[in-house]
Amino acid sequence: MLAPVWAWLLVLVAAPAAALVVIALAEADSGIPPFRLALSPTGFATLVEDAYYLDAVLTALRVAVTTSACCLLVAYPMAIGIARAAPRRRVLLLVLLMLPFWTGFLLRVGAWIGLLRDEGWINRLLMAAGITDAPLPLLYSEGAMLVGMVHAYLPFAVLPLFAALLRLDPALGEAAADLGARPATIFFTVTLPVTAPDAAAGFLLVFIPAAGEFVIPELMGPPEAQLVGRVLWQEFFQNRDWPVAAALAVALLALLLVPIRLFQRLGARA
Amino acid sequence: MTGAGPAALLRARGITKAFGAVVALDALDLDIAPGEFFALLGGSGSGKSTLLRIIAGFEAPDAGRVLLDGADIVATPPWARPINMMFQSYALFPHLSVADNVAYGLRRGGVAKAEAARRVADALAMVGLAGLDRRRPHQLSGGQQQRVALARSLVMRPRLLLLDEPLGALDAGLRERTGFELRALQRQTGAAFVMVTHDQEEALALADRVAVLDGGRVAQVGSPRAIYERPASRFVARFLGAANVFEGRAMGGGFDSAVAGITFAGAIGGDSLAVAIRPERIRIAPGASGANSATGIVEDTAFRGDDTLLVLRLSGAATLRVLHAEQDGAPPARGDTVTVGWDAADVVALAS
Repeated sequence: MLAPVWAWLLVLVAAPAAALVVIALAEADSGIPPFRLALSPTGFATLVEDAYYLDAVLTALRVAVTTSACCLLVAYPMAIGIARAAPRRRVLLLVLLMLPFWTGFLLRVGAWIGLLRDEGWINRLLMAAGITDAPLPLLYSEGAMLVGMVHAYLPFAVLPLFAALLRLDPALGEAAADLGARPATIFFTVTLPVTAPDAAAGFLLVFIPAAGEFVIPELMGPPEAQLVGRVLWQEFFQNRDWPVAAALAVALLALLLVPIRLFQRLGARA
Repeated sequence: MTGAGPAALLRARGITKAFGAVVALDALDLDIAPGEFFALLGGSGSGKSTLLRIIAGFEAPDAGRVLLDGADIVATPPWARPINMMFQSYALFPHLSVADNVAYGLRRGGVAKAEAARRVADALAMVGLAGLDRRRPHQLSGGQQQRVALARSLVMRPRLLLLDEPLGALDAGLRERTGFELRALQRQTGAAFVMVTHDQEEALALADRVAVLDGGRVAQVGSPRAIYERPASRFVARFLGAANVFEGRAMGGGFDSAVAGITFAGAIGGDSLAVAIRPERIRIAPGASGANSATGIVEDTAFRGDDTLLVLRLSGAATLRVLHAEQDGAPPARGDTVTVGWDAADVVALAS
């Protein structure tokens, strides 16, 4: 019964991961492919010796945590609104939530650039309204990068929360109100703790892809924001140092296993 | 006894509520006296649960007033009402321990920690759950969960406690015992209990007064005995335990049911639309004839312990339900032809 699952994991997860490890242990070369098979620690050693890589990882983790937290902040009111809507309206709201997700990823990033750049809609609106004389440097900032990432990954946070809130017995909130809790108190003492495991799932679903994100930091972020995704891209395609790039990818993968493992423990306890 | 008078704790006046085209409550009036055990009895769609939710503050009526001690509370949000409710699903907070569930309302009310702990312990002892305070709701049996829900409401010392089908989720063995305990708690706390139920036996057994709801209106309100013995309408007679109800015409102090082929005699007004006769008031009377008697073939029998339910097919299309007591000897068998009779005093005339 489980054979297809194992086959699937072997072909799509284990084999590529093994290839990564093999390349990480290889030696850089100028040929095609740009490495020579070996058992060399150079790739991993470079990561440790040059603070640049650790910096990139830490920056990426910080941005991913901020993105995930912002996603949850936006996702809770959205999920509550969708879960409380009448069933027919709920479908419409879910479609609206997923609609941007179904358009091309780059298209959405392009749209944000169109909104945020110096001659973009927002700056033109601000200047037309006389709020500012010169265009504000909205694009190529950490803020722009966060807006792009939150927008890109929001559905991952909303959907598990929505499912949890739909399962939540509405009588729980009513019982809390009956016992003297106001709406804000009900949220913090009942809704939030009861849906916490699903919020953690949403956090993780955003965090994992956000940690390795390359396109949005590259196109919308500040040039100095060297996130690990960008560094990976540079090592692979510009420096053509595949062993270092592969070592970095392996390290990132190992690092991301920590929150996944923590989450599994949390889930087992709940 | 029926009109709660000036001492009423809660008065509902002209409560109307519609959900879309469905009218749940239709200009309903009701009085609850302090310290009474009141049952709202009705089938699904009778409006009983909607009324409870309006009293608790979870629904707003389209029209009408809810007066608590004479003050209108319709605009008061549920968290500000001195009324507590026990939910049908119990609605225990799954992430909190038993003690924290019970303490939840005290914490919201700003009761000091030591005082709250003492009251939680008292409440848990009162419902017989002392020692289980560290458990989580999912570690408790259904009966224990019901008690936690009860303790969580009672710890607030409400003057009015609403109970939505409080025994509905318990199995049969536990229901009777829990019913007695509910009554004991009600006497002990002195709070008025308003219970919603669809089970007429439960309502009659527990409540001081019962309101039978039909189509969003009160069909009849009174003591269980009054309602049982003197139903005011065909609906109440049928709803309260399978009385025989026959429609027909009142004529000359009697009542003629053509469909059953029976003539009833008794205190029957000229405006009567139907008569009711309870199965346990009917006895086997060989040789009886004329008014207040009937002859039929036993179509079915059901042994029920101290009596046997007989279903008689009458000469017409109608059937008559008869309870045959064990002490009256062996009941007739299926297929036997039986003549039965009853006293004129047991015939209840129904004018609506």
